[in-house]
Amino acid sequence: MATAEPTAAAVQAYGLTKRFPGVTAVDQLSFTVQPGEIFGLVGPDGAGKTATMRMLAGVMSPDAGSATVAGFDVVRDPEAVKNHISYMPQRFGLYEDLTVDENIRFYADLFGLNRRERERHATRLLEAAGMAEFRGRLAGKLSGGMKQKLGLTCALIHRPRVLLLDEPTTGVDPVSRREFWQILYSLLRENVTIVISTAYLDEAERCSRLALLFKGRIMLCDTPEKLKQRMPGKVLVVNSPKAREIRDRLANAAGVSSLVLVGDGVHLVVDDAERRLPELRRSLATASIPFDAITPSEPTIEDLFVAYVQGQR
Amino acid sequence: MMITGDQPASAVSVEARDLVKRFGEFTAVDGVSFSAARGEILGFLGPNGAGKSTIIRILCGLLRPTSGKATVAGFDVAAKPEIVRQHIGYMSQKFSLYNDLQVIENLRFFAGLYSVPRNLVDSRIRAALAMAGLAGHERDLTRTLAGGWKQRLALGCAVLHRPAILFLDEPTSGVDPISRRLFWDLIHDMAASGVTVFVSTHYMDEAEYCNRLALINRGRIVASGAPTELKRHLSKGALLLAKCEPLGPALELLRYHPDVLEAAVFGNALHLTVRDAGAAIAALPQFLAEHSIRCTGLREISPTLEDVFVELTGGRVRDAEVRPE
Repeated sequence: MATAEPTAAAVQAYGLTKRFPGVTAVDQLSFTVQPGEIFGLVGPDGAGKTATMRMLAGVMSPDAGSATVAGFDVVRDPEAVKNHISYMPQRFGLYEDLTVDENIRFYADLFGLNRRERERHATRLLEAAGMAEFRGRLAGKLSGGMKQKLGLTCALIHRPRVLLLDEPTTGVDPVSRREFWQILYSLLRENVTIVISTAYLDEAERCSRLALLFKGRIMLCDTPEKLKQRMPGKVLVVNSPKAREIRDRLANAAGVSSLVLVGDGVHLVVDDAERRLPELRRSLATASIPFDAITPSEPTIEDLFVAYVQGQR
Repeated sequence: MMITGDQPASAVSVEARDLVKRFGEFTAVDGVSFSAARGEILGFLGPNGAGKSTIIRILCGLLRPTSGKATVAGFDVAAKPEIVRQHIGYMSQKFSLYNDLQVIENLRFFAGLYSVPRNLVDSRIRAALAMAGLAGHERDLTRTLAGGWKQRLALGCAVLHRPAILFLDEPTSGVDPISRRLFWDLIHDMAASGVTVFVSTHYMDEAEYCNRLALINRGRIVASGAPTELKRHLSKGALLLAKCEPLGPALELLRYHPDVLEAAVFGNALHLTVRDAGAAIAALPQFLAEHSIRCTGLREISPTLEDVFVELTGGRVRDAEVRPE
């Protein structure tokens, strides 16, 4: 094992690039993650999340650029990286015909933990995960959400300093997804650094900071709060049973930059809410289209994503 | 591009009454009743194993209910499953297409599968290509299409036979938001032309696009209504966003405050469920200050569908996927 030269940052990527035939999956990504942050790599399928995670985990080498994770260079010293971090890929290797306890024992042995350490950590982690009563259950008999929590427990058993989670909540139900995040937040007390990827833009709001990825590049990188302040324009919600008529009436109205039909109304983005609200009300009244209310709404990360992608075109 | 459904006789296109499906000891669907009007987009929202797919399989005539009755386009699903299947289309993002076939080959394959009359095949395929924005890409291998295109192709294939009822299973998960919005615009246009759309999902952002939602947990409908209606209030109180410094000790303290029913970390802040928003906003900053915690922001926020869902299920979903086939 090489000597560690710990840098202050937990993760640092400089110009990280990965090319596959016909596509640059990761295109010069640079970002820094501080100890104790939950940093999100957020973007749709094909944005480059998994390739980035693999490079950070030292299991795929970049075509250009470099990264340090927990102070170790992922290109020059991938083995050292692997010893100090934990990487949970999308399909974490749980043994379905082993019990919860046996899976944990397997991973604990892999990292050379003694029995006492293993028991102490396993008890604490399983309690946090609400799984203490399922220690004897076969992993194959767990629900999707519980499997993910068991994966997380196995990934944490050796108390890594940096945790890399690749889309851990994909396909997980909302209740389990919440519990999963609460476990992540509880790890922050121990100053574990977490890098998590997700295709669900609503999960972006749960990260302390995030990079919004699209086509291998970072579009924006900041805290959720600061990102929302960069939303060009204001979001208005019109509730109405005649959503399609409203769409047709307002889609090209002055000051409206985007409009999306939802189940019981439309969401639209306007340049100036104070000026446009009365105009829009008047326009709907003139056309005799009924609506319950037009209310300003806080932008979501999805609104921001759409505004920026459309701005690039 | 409009795709018009066959015209069912009545305004109600799907009706289920007291549907029950048991697999041995396990009750997958436990007395579910609902109806959907022509042109309605109805969402089934619930975790894996809640019973969503079982309900949809019953409606498609693939499973017989243990008891209860369902009609689709006026036909009893248990008595006339073959006729029912002629009136429905099904699309799931994951399983619909053959990746090694060309776009046009997928369309021809599905036209054959759905017995589209031979003299109509060409015009239907042209309409599907136009709808999916794939005109000029007929010879592309399906595998090479971007996610949003693939998904619109899958939709095009699912409606070649002009079904009156369309079932969508998590149709837009993982797709970029712009493609997702385009997709839902198509769905809304179809609904406007009279097609009834069922969406089954556990993604809250897909649920927002439905006219009406049925929240399903443990085989039962636990709530239903328009998305905005469901979000209007949490039954037990209000939701607050609290920004505190330091966060960890604030969480520990607030958890045990009498006004706070629930406290959880959310990003760089806390989400608090309280009985009375006004009272809590008045009382909590002072309380925190007394414990040397700085409260830099405290305001009421509207609950998300997920908040509502978690509340209604009481955080209890089935602890194991029991899927006896």
